[in-house]
Amino acid sequence: MSEFLAMGGYAWYVWMAYGGAAVAIAVEIASLRARRRRVFDELRMSVDPTPRSPSMQGARSQR
Amino acid sequence: MLINWFRFSSPVSFYPVAGSWSYAFGAIAALLAGAGLVVALYIAPTDATQGDAYRIIFIHVPAAWMAMLIYLVMAGWSAAALGFNTRLSAMMAQALAPTGALMAAIALWTGAFWGRPTWGTYWAWDARMTSTLILLFLYLGIVALRAAIEDPRRADRACAVLSLVGAVNVPIIYFSVQWWNTLHQGSSVSLTGAPKMAMAMLAGILIMTGAAWCYTIAVVLARVQAIIVERERGAGWLESLIDLRTAR
Amino acid sequence: MSGSERHSAGIQLPGANASADGDSAGDARDSVFAAVGWALARDIRVALRSKGELGVQLLFYVIVVSLFPLATSPSREVLATIGPGVLWTAALLASLLSLSRLFASDFHDGTLEQIALSPRPLMALVSGKMAAHWLTTGLPVALMAPLLGAQYALDAPVLGTLMVSLLLGTPILSLLGAVGAALTLGARGGGSLLALLVLPLYAPVLIFGAGAVDATRAGVSAMPQLSLLAAGLLLALVAVPFAVAAAVRIALD
Repeated sequence: MSEFLAMGGYAWYVWMAYGGAAVAIAVEIASLRARRRRVFDELRMSVDPTPRSPSMQGARSQR
Repeated sequence: MLINWFRFSSPVSFYPVAGSWSYAFGAIAALLAGAGLVVALYIAPTDATQGDAYRIIFIHVPAAWMAMLIYLVMAGWSAAALGFNTRLSAMMAQALAPTGALMAAIALWTGAFWGRPTWGTYWAWDARMTSTLILLFLYLGIVALRAAIEDPRRADRACAVLSLVGAVNVPIIYFSVQWWNTLHQGSSVSLTGAPKMAMAMLAGILIMTGAAWCYTIAVVLARVQAIIVERERGAGWLESLIDLRTAR
Repeated sequence: MSGSERHSAGIQLPGANASADGDSAGDARDSVFAAVGWALARDIRVALRSKGELGVQLLFYVIVVSLFPLATSPSREVLATIGPGVLWTAALLASLLSLSRLFASDFHDGTLEQIALSPRPLMALVSGKMAAHWLTTGLPVALMAPLLGAQYALDAPVLGTLMVSLLLGTPILSLLGAVGAALTLGARGGGSLLALLVLPLYAPVLIFGAGAVDATRAGVSAMPQLSLLAAGLLLALVAVPFAVAAAVRIALD
């Protein structure tokens, strides 16, 4: 296993390269998910503007 | 993706297609990437000259290819947007630009870490890398222009024109950078110097390229869904089409 | 200069004196050249009214070129090495600086819209504007450069190539820059956005232009680079006005 990680002495280069690519892809996916979440939340709000905050829900259920 | 697009040329009809295809291609991408990484990091033999450092090409080459390919596809959608004046074509072009920029950036990053152990320097100003850098600037320019123009339809057309002007220029830029590079460095200190291909190496590159392609399709289709909702809000069909309880 | 002032000072739109006879082919020829000439003359007249502005642009070029030795070294060897690159890059920046005024003032006071609506071809009018831009920006820089090149210990043949390369290259800069200027009309981000869009397109011109000068400095023929520049110029002259006219129409929508 440590031989694998060592990459024949080139560990820094190989793992920085692979790691950087992985980070970039993770960032793209994360920002895309955030964009979609925002877009769908706004759509939900516009369709049904009932406030969804926990405090309101708590108040409603106590009535 | 050569199907009868006109059936899906409206955002409404394309939306659900984009969704299912995005999931499908995402799954395929994950499988291919898994297999590809196994080949890249484990199965492919260590290279005689470059040692294990050459394994970076399994990321670098697919990313560089995708950066070029995405630009061409984006230019194609831009031409369709200007020629047919269709909103969806412009939305596809809009969805492609960020991923193209990402691929160019990954190609540059991995290229630098490949260059250091093999050619002694992180940045060698060779023809391919310099052209990829300029390609990244072109992508960022398109993204910046879209952000700078308020009206979405005007932004569509302006970015389409810019993409096409850039597309004409990319071969000219590549040729001129190649000239400049060989003139100043004489010998080909080029990152095209990939090691002689063993079967496993070739297989690894092909699998990873397939993974990159499927990933791109998945991400771009997911992004275009977001773009469709962003821009088509107010049209009644959205609520009926999208299951709002589970959409994310 | 207020909009109304500029309006009254010669916004005689082309097409006002359209000929009434039946020679339509001759008419078309005349109207294209007339449109180019009209736009060219008008823009030059406007530019000459603010001579100070033109002077400032040239002064910018001179100052930028003079800065580099301060940042590097006054040794003749170093200067001769970086000279072609500096003189060319500064020309790029000078061209960029003046691009925003190409369409902006006409856009803001509504003149651009009137021009687009006139019966003359928009491509021709736009070409006239780009020609005027080059005559007031690129040409002075190209003529000034050999004088500044002497500061960089470059000798006569090199300076000659420098001037020729700039004479061929700066029109290309005006043409490509006009695309960027038209696309960014009314967009946020101003000059920096324009630079981001246009500089990647400038790269080949820079490579061949500075490369030509370097070739002469090395004692080899600069004909390959210069012919490529000339070819690029011809290509741009044919293709770019179309793109610029399209971009202007997009901005006016």
